[in-house]
Amino acid sequence: MSATARKAGFGAALWDYLTTVDHKKIGILYLVAGIFFFILGGLEAMLIRIQLISPNNEFISAQFYNEVLTMHGTTMIFLAAMPLIFALMNAVVPLQIGARDVAFPFVNSLGFWLFFFGGVMLNVSWFVTGAPDAGWTAYAPLSIFSEGHGVDFYAIGLQISGFGTLMGGINFIVTVVNMRAPGMTYMRMPLFTWTAFIASVLILFAFPALTVGLFMLTFDRLFGANFFDPAMGGNAIIWEHLFWIFGHPEVYILILPAFGVFSEVIPTFAKKRLFGYSSMVFATVLIAFLGFMVWAHHMFTVGLGPIANSIFAVATMAIAVPTGIKIFNWLFTLWGGSIRLTSPMVFALGFIPTFTIGGMTGVMLASAAADFQYHDSYFVVAHFHYVIVGGVVLGLFAGIIYWWPKMFGTMLNEKLNHWFFWLFFIGFHLTFFIQHFLGLMGMPRRYWKFLPDQGLDLFNLISTIGAFFMAVGTIVFLYNVIITQVKGVKVSGDPWDARTLEWAIPSPPPFYNFKQEPLVRGLDPLWIEKTEGNGKIQPATPLGDIHMPNNSFVPFMMSLGLFIAGFGVMFQGTYWVLAVIGFGITAGSMLYRSFKDDLGYHVHKEDLEDEKGDGSNG
Amino acid sequence: MMKGWMSKFKAIFALVVLALVLSGCTGKPFLSALQPKGEGAEMIYDLMILSIIIMLVVFVVVMVIYTFVIVKYRQKKDDPDFMPKQTEGNHALETLWTVIPIILLLILAVPTVQYTFALADTSPELNEEGEEQDSLWVNITGAQYWWHFEYQDMEVSTSQELYIPVDRRVYLSMGSQDVIHSFWVPSIDGKMDVNPTGNTNEMTLLAKEEGVYWGKCAELCGPSHSIMDFKVIAVSPGEFEQWIKDMQGVTGEETPESATAQEGQQLFQDNCMTCHAIGSSPNKIGPNLTNFGDRIKLGGYLDYNKENLVEWIQTKGLGEDGNMKPGNQMTSAPYELSDEEAAKIAEYLMTLSPSGITPENAKDGVYKDSDLKSLFPKEEEETEGQGESQEDNKDEESSQGSDESSDGSNEGSSEENNDE
Amino acid sequence: MADDMLKSDNLPQNPERASLEGRNKFMGFWFFLGGETVLFASLFGTYLALRNSPAEGPTASEIFGLELVFIMTIVLLTSSLTSVYAMYHMKNGDFKKMQLWLGITVALGFTFLGFEIYEFYHYVHGYHFGYTTSAFSSAFYTLVGFHGGHVAFGLAWIISLMIRNAKRGINLYNAPKFYIASLYWHFIDVVWVFIFTVVYLMGKVG
Repeated sequence: MSATARKAGFGAALWDYLTTVDHKKIGILYLVAGIFFFILGGLEAMLIRIQLISPNNEFISAQFYNEVLTMHGTTMIFLAAMPLIFALMNAVVPLQIGARDVAFPFVNSLGFWLFFFGGVMLNVSWFVTGAPDAGWTAYAPLSIFSEGHGVDFYAIGLQISGFGTLMGGINFIVTVVNMRAPGMTYMRMPLFTWTAFIASVLILFAFPALTVGLFMLTFDRLFGANFFDPAMGGNAIIWEHLFWIFGHPEVYILILPAFGVFSEVIPTFAKKRLFGYSSMVFATVLIAFLGFMVWAHHMFTVGLGPIANSIFAVATMAIAVPTGIKIFNWLFTLWGGSIRLTSPMVFALGFIPTFTIGGMTGVMLASAAADFQYHDSYFVVAHFHYVIVGGVVLGLFAGIIYWWPKMFGTMLNEKLNHWFFWLFFIGFHLTFFIQHFLGLMGMPRRYWKFLPDQGLDLFNLISTIGAFFMAVGTIVFLYNVIITQVKGVKVSGDPWDARTLEWAIPSPPPFYNFKQEPLVRGLDPLWIEKTEGNGKIQPATPLGDIHMPNNSFVPFMMSLGLFIAGFGVMFQGTYWVLAVIGFGITAGSMLYRSFKDDLGYHVHKEDLEDEKGDGSNG
Repeated sequence: MMKGWMSKFKAIFALVVLALVLSGCTGKPFLSALQPKGEGAEMIYDLMILSIIIMLVVFVVVMVIYTFVIVKYRQKKDDPDFMPKQTEGNHALETLWTVIPIILLLILAVPTVQYTFALADTSPELNEEGEEQDSLWVNITGAQYWWHFEYQDMEVSTSQELYIPVDRRVYLSMGSQDVIHSFWVPSIDGKMDVNPTGNTNEMTLLAKEEGVYWGKCAELCGPSHSIMDFKVIAVSPGEFEQWIKDMQGVTGEETPESATAQEGQQLFQDNCMTCHAIGSSPNKIGPNLTNFGDRIKLGGYLDYNKENLVEWIQTKGLGEDGNMKPGNQMTSAPYELSDEEAAKIAEYLMTLSPSGITPENAKDGVYKDSDLKSLFPKEEEETEGQGESQEDNKDEESSQGSDESSDGSNEGSSEENNDE
Repeated sequence: MADDMLKSDNLPQNPERASLEGRNKFMGFWFFLGGETVLFASLFGTYLALRNSPAEGPTASEIFGLELVFIMTIVLLTSSLTSVYAMYHMKNGDFKKMQLWLGITVALGFTFLGFEIYEFYHYVHGYHFGYTTSAFSSAFYTLVGFHGGHVAFGLAWIISLMIRNAKRGINLYNAPKFYIASLYWHFIDVVWVFIFTVVYLMGKVG
């Protein structure tokens, strides 16, 4: 009965989380780590905005500024947005498809610990020789020439956390394909599950390109390889291709699950089924597919020639079509509904105009010729913040607030959530809308300082003021989390009057999720039972023993091994011993795992009958 | 080619643009992509306006529906149990919002492709008989954190400030000595990456008005990325010819007027010539200083005065607080100079003004008074001190120069007529 | 039920896919190979971009000899075939024969690896073609080395499976493990066919 961790005490709880293979607990781990890194990345953003509050400002040095901007981007994408996406996927996807667990609980845990140690490694760089300073894109040869070990930390840290993400991705693909409850056909899957599934496919095919790129960067820097060194026949543009072959799908890896969140939140609070469900699914798949063939729109100014530029420009514009379909489907889900302005819904409603602007500037950027002006200017900065903050971050917060009761059994304070939204939303537009103009007025991105008398002073000041609004908003949210958890008022299994399967079980769910496998009779199964049945999901199978996986400390040790080995590879010399130790720990853990049979255990029928709750809503 | 239908939009947008200008949203004329002064920037500006119009149409449609549904379909207080109809979808509507965006995108895609090809075209210009004309090619080298310009087949090299003739296409061939940079003069044209060996890029630059235009590095290239500024100085074709002629004559051995400057010259030759060249030498380890005396800014962005220059020399470009140009590569220079010697070198460098054609000649360009002050802060100084020493050798040239510049302004005004 | 997983009698026709865990492993591994494909595609792309950039070092046609590589190809292809035999016997529940054929597979794998090490040694000492010689050399050693690393990992994997299960037969618990190890081995083989074509044949001919 290790999974339930009946033992009391902090030590026991800690050990439970270090060894857990329960997707719900892993979801919480992702959430905590993701929010931590989100705050860290936010502080870095504040440093950037304070530096740019006035012309010729010398608040921080040029070198430190480059480190801050690099770490801001890297942290926000890889260490905040990705894990928060995984937090929601872990917390929700198995429940939405009526599964008792994910396909690979062990791999799931390994994925988290690899991500976590990779993230820690990246941030250790602050204290050892300085953080990476070549931008989150780490374009060669700047990243090759960069002194110190900052970029090594970038390459090895991301490599480790990238492995974790890849494993998480495979886990969710197989979970969705193999673990669906009886009756949960593909076209009955909730949109969030669909988008998580497609995002996982994107992870699977996009991350290996980054893996290869990072290996080359590491080999160039640490082992004298010549991939990107022009003097030895290398070519710096290869890095750009590999990075963006990964990097562009990455954008969709982030935004698609956010779309999924909105596709859950909007129908719930409009009390209406999702308009055009099948075209939403189709649009998701199409966006993912097109997302793989547009990477070079990040490289219009590289000099690929007009033919390549035109092809990539038109392909990029094509993505606007399925995205537009989604926007209109959401609008028409609202049409004729009965809209409740709860806080997740307010985030969703804030998202629609914001993301529309982000999408529009996206199309403008897709126009290759015009991109010669936009590229690498603050226009681009504004664009991708509209997409990533206005799309992904609003989506993540909508999702976190929406599923908070399911994850923790408590309800965040609605009033504070509204305060959070308005501060964050107004601050966001103040910060970033104006940056479109800064870019067109001639301010390139990644500028440590801008000069006086160039007409850039006022807008930069406004932008910085907006950033403070966002910071205050985030503080309100954190305060809300703390007081909610301290009060600890429990809520029912279905506090939002929602539609999908996860709301049919108690909050938080028992560790085996569903006592009996649920029978799914259509899209929005809980809603169907509410309107056509007795409000309870019918079981598909009789009550029986439930097979559960054992907890394991191996994932933690495997990841720790790679973390230690990373330092050895980086510092070399006598530090090679660290690499030997680290790889030894990882290999030993793998052998241990493969030599010790892990058959899991069974929760017995008799025990289940004693447990409270009947596995359905109530 | 696209001008015909473009001009229709232009009238409508003149008002919008005017509103923007009034609200200060278009930036400074020497830096802003929203005040195009060159061929490329104008084309891109047209494309920008077209895409903004299309996008605004979409945005307005979305916002109208959005506002309507939020106002109309809020949960009714008196009927909270109202059960909306559970619509699955609507094929007609869904087809509509698939087809219309496709059409809108095609409207944008066609000129996008046309302009993409037009902007990438570096074939020689044809004259009226359809014969190929000689093209003016400039090799541009980016380096941490400065720019080098070498006029092909003309034996003229300079750094930091690129002189070009107005209304003539200048062909640029660009490469980097170290990391990737990006060459961007927003008010004349879009940007192009400046790659290390093996990936040379070409583009053209055509300024339609005289003026001093601000250039920026647009690809992160190290700590001083944000201050790797340069200028493009567009003068009349006649002035440009004169400038080239004057620059070709420089050997670096010319003796300056004052005795201090002469001492400075000697010190310069002993200490600085390994990296810096005066004249058309191919040496580009450090910036070429042939017409250093005419620079508008020091190090691309600092006020041009002797005090700054001495500090620059003594701190090897880093500045006393390390913030003049962080990461500057001049630090490897081996020289040891006293403050006095550095001052002499500075004195010498500030006399390097081989041509009567200086940024001043571009002043009849596009500026408001307030802009001019920020561009030419050294104006007062020059009239006081250093200007005198140059007066003599400039006399004959400047008379030629002013002739040419009157030509230039004529051309400028005829261009304006064309525009209207 | 858990104990059934370790029983070796009365195995179904496809023991590797008889349990949910087995089906998950089976499918997950196929997807993993999809990711591996992208990984090698990226390496191939890089190699193609850099194969004509030997800087001061030797070029492809100067150093490659097809004889040894041809033998290596035969060895690896054969090992793929022997692993098919092993899986055939696994499905028939004949544990000893499976172990035997896996043993032959491993032996062929080691032969291949030995040849590859010899080949690299030959390039480094015979032609001064080291990892840091040129962009071409870095790309070559990285691509072929990644493949070699996969071979080494595959060998370690199969050997540890053989040792772990030496004293017990095939069961529902270990059948999927054997099966995906053999899938992995086939994948390595397929990658080698591409390396043989793209690196060696194209290097020698074009």
